[in-house]
Amino acid sequence: MPTRRDMLTAAALCLALPAWAGPAPMDWEAVLAEARGQTVYWHAWGGDPKINDFIAWVGQQAETRYGVRLEQVKLANTADAVARVLAERQAGKTSGGAVDLIWINGENFAAMKGTGLLFGPFAEDLPNWPLVDAVGKPATVMDFTEPTGGLESPWAMAQLVFEYDSARLPQPPASASALLDWAKANPGRFTYPQPPDYLGATFLKQVLYDVTPDPAVLLKPVGDADYAAATAPLWAWLDAITPSLWRQGKAYPANEPALGQLLADGETDLSFAFNPGRASAAIAAGELQDTVRTMIWRDGTIGNASFVAIPFNAAHRAGALVIANLLLDPEVQARAQDPDVLGFQTVLNLDALSAADRARFEGLKLGVATLPPQALRPVLLEPHASWMTRIAADWITRYGVAP
Amino acid sequence: MSQASVLRQIPTLTLLLMAGPVVAGLAGTVLPLIGTDAIERLIDWPGLGGAIRLSLVTGVVSTVLAVAVSLAIVAALHGGRRFGLLMHALSPLLALPHAAAALGLAFLIAPSGWIARLLSPWATGWSTPPDLLILNDTAGIALTLGLVVKEIPFLLLMLLAALPQADAARRMMLTQSLGYGRVWGWLLAVLPAVWPQLRLPVYAVLGYATTAVDMGVILGPSLPPPLSVQVTAWMMHPDLSWRGPAAAGALLQLALVATVLVLARLAERPIARIGRHWAESGRRCQTVDRLIAPGATTSALIIVFLVGGGMIGMGLWSVAGLWPFPQALPSPLSLATWMRTAPSLTATGGTTLLIALISTGAALALCLGCLEAEARFRLAPGTAAMWLLYLPLIVPQTAFLPGLQVLFLSIGAADTLLAVAATHLVFVLPYIFLSLAPPWRAWDGRIALAAAALGASETRTFWQLRLPMLLRPVLTAAAVGLAVSVGQYLPTLLVGGGRITTLTSEAVALSSGGNRRIIGAYAVLQMLLPAAGFLLALAIPALVFRNRQGMRAT
Repeated sequence: MPTRRDMLTAAALCLALPAWAGPAPMDWEAVLAEARGQTVYWHAWGGDPKINDFIAWVGQQAETRYGVRLEQVKLANTADAVARVLAERQAGKTSGGAVDLIWINGENFAAMKGTGLLFGPFAEDLPNWPLVDAVGKPATVMDFTEPTGGLESPWAMAQLVFEYDSARLPQPPASASALLDWAKANPGRFTYPQPPDYLGATFLKQVLYDVTPDPAVLLKPVGDADYAAATAPLWAWLDAITPSLWRQGKAYPANEPALGQLLADGETDLSFAFNPGRASAAIAAGELQDTVRTMIWRDGTIGNASFVAIPFNAAHRAGALVIANLLLDPEVQARAQDPDVLGFQTVLNLDALSAADRARFEGLKLGVATLPPQALRPVLLEPHASWMTRIAADWITRYGVAP
Repeated sequence: MSQASVLRQIPTLTLLLMAGPVVAGLAGTVLPLIGTDAIERLIDWPGLGGAIRLSLVTGVVSTVLAVAVSLAIVAALHGGRRFGLLMHALSPLLALPHAAAALGLAFLIAPSGWIARLLSPWATGWSTPPDLLILNDTAGIALTLGLVVKEIPFLLLMLLAALPQADAARRMMLTQSLGYGRVWGWLLAVLPAVWPQLRLPVYAVLGYATTAVDMGVILGPSLPPPLSVQVTAWMMHPDLSWRGPAAAGALLQLALVATVLVLARLAERPIARIGRHWAESGRRCQTVDRLIAPGATTSALIIVFLVGGGMIGMGLWSVAGLWPFPQALPSPLSLATWMRTAPSLTATGGTTLLIALISTGAALALCLGCLEAEARFRLAPGTAAMWLLYLPLIVPQTAFLPGLQVLFLSIGAADTLLAVAATHLVFVLPYIFLSLAPPWRAWDGRIALAAAALGASETRTFWQLRLPMLLRPVLTAAAVGLAVSVGQYLPTLLVGGGRITTLTSEAVALSSGGNRRIIGAYAVLQMLLPAAGFLLALAIPALVFRNRQGMRAT
């Protein structure tokens, strides 16, 4: 029997079909011709001026190379853009939508894919797609174990790294159990963003990887039987560490920037970020002590990719395709990886590049606090998205409603 | 249509413009709830009880404190030189967006904040910040403090606008000649006359304080958060099925606000009875004066210190290089933040001002039309009409804005500057009416009578007597409207679809990154536009009436 959601999806597809106008991504010349003169509205989180500056630079490139103007719509939350597309569909607006391109991954992608709000598949038809390291970096085609199906195109790799002030903490803990011991000996000097915040939930998954008996179950959808057994060590670990957290776990920072601010304010000695280059970039900008260094855990840390997707009713689809392709351009990717710019790791396969393009990456400085790529291994795959939802919900019940 | 019949229709038109969007938006929120499990999911949320309690306690306690301190300040200081100085110090704070005020306060009082930095390590011995739960405390004390200091400037301005119409000067003269002290005399003789004009501003404060999102996020607890913060978090949740519980939660907030307002109205009668009893007892209560007068001065100084200090701190962050604990000042200083924000500044600032001017201009015209129609045709709004007018302030924004967005989309009007200005109008107009109606109604009608006897038409009386004599409240109302429009976040974001950006929509997006340097720069900018408005509202009447003894500020 079709569920309510299936019906919605089917209805959305019917609505979307008449809007299937314009050139297909396969016919790239036609895409370029139609894109010229368009203004693409890219809805992207606007909380980091460094990223905003990078997007503005991409816009200049798009204008000079293809005559496409790029406007960043700065969001406080990616779900704002998802809600916007949903509202447009509710209002029957199946073309000329406000959102041309969304910076997206994980739950937002799964929600939009599941409700049929996305255009595509298009990603694997982009001219620059053959440069993407889909084999070496499986996160570029598996978004939280959800196959992207070409409905989104990757543009940056991210990995969880721990940041520590080497002036105060020369030997940072490299596993969940070591972290627990250190926190007990140094109460009040570590915390994590409050789940369901993205980074906070990621930290819970990282601990889960380290303490669960069989990490392989994390890649499958969460099932009731193995959930209790798999997560029991996580809850025991959290029960043990909570009294030794910053503010004894009676308050938590809201998100990644708030967590980073605590490290900069000296309120914590150990922190983490979902970007191996964040600490170096912050030090270069004079926002963080230059004694901060990064490290990963002995058994590795979680890594994933950032994507761009195009809503089903985007007004400037051709322009959005051009931007998605431009983001895979080696020059653009190398600039994103420059620690003075963003420090985001590339999604490209360096072996597939021309010698000149490869040199762009090899010439990059690493940044004072950034680990070299070979030290960032192993990379753990994101667990299935259902784990994040379930763990975050349970965390709220256990720790999130009464201190 | 003749001029008079147009004027006669304005009150109806205004009410439609106010209530229409709210009702349509609410319908757009409620209808999708029918037949879903949204309400059960809301009830199943384990933090619901704590969240409701927090919203109610912080909202009610902060409003009571803010009203009490505002009354004490006016009773003790009004008319003196210090009061003028205080108002000059406070009026720019009025224009300050709540989020910026909250961030400034947070930086001041945090364990790694400015106060701790100034005292460390020489006085405290701290080389690293102490692990103290000052911000985001579970009882919501920091949130209550933030709400109190932010609402007092607004209440003071409303009080100041109402005073001249309450015949305060002569009432004070009478009580003082009878041997009452300033404060006690003011409370017994002037407050009862001022209160009817102050009631709706207080309700607006109460409505805001129980539903505040931005302040709750920054200063409030998070285990659980206040209901408004949780509702917004659900609205932003990637899993779209949470929109249902979010809508149900928004309706619950609406019910909470309505309950609190009814209780506030019911509490008036016993309070008035006690007050009458005191007045009739004839006691001069000199101790009240001895206690409240220094208390009022102290609390005024504390407010200026907290908000002003926070703002200076944020301003410093905007030019800070590295600023680690426990350094009292950043070093090196750097203009990098300003250089980076400058380019987007002109365009965004221009859009912000344009939207604010359109919505304020339209709201002012409608309010003046309503009030003039009221004066000419005895079309005084009934209780029901007043509630409709204040609906946008009382109904939580999260309850009707998403529905309104769908409405704008379906008529193809979303994403335009005019649509955003029209939505701002819904929020700006009640505030303008709030601050304009009391002085307008209290204008001495015998002047109009005299003018009519001398052969002046009603139109001429309006343009040449009433409007010029009420220039000060009109300009104050316009400045309030400007500030309200500049401060709007959710309406700008939802109706503008991100295409129309204002200083505030940019600032909130940036503040999600927690970057104090950028937030500092934007906070300064966000304050400048409305502050200019308030300065003009103070300066223009002073200039125009410099030769009019009876029109001086009192």
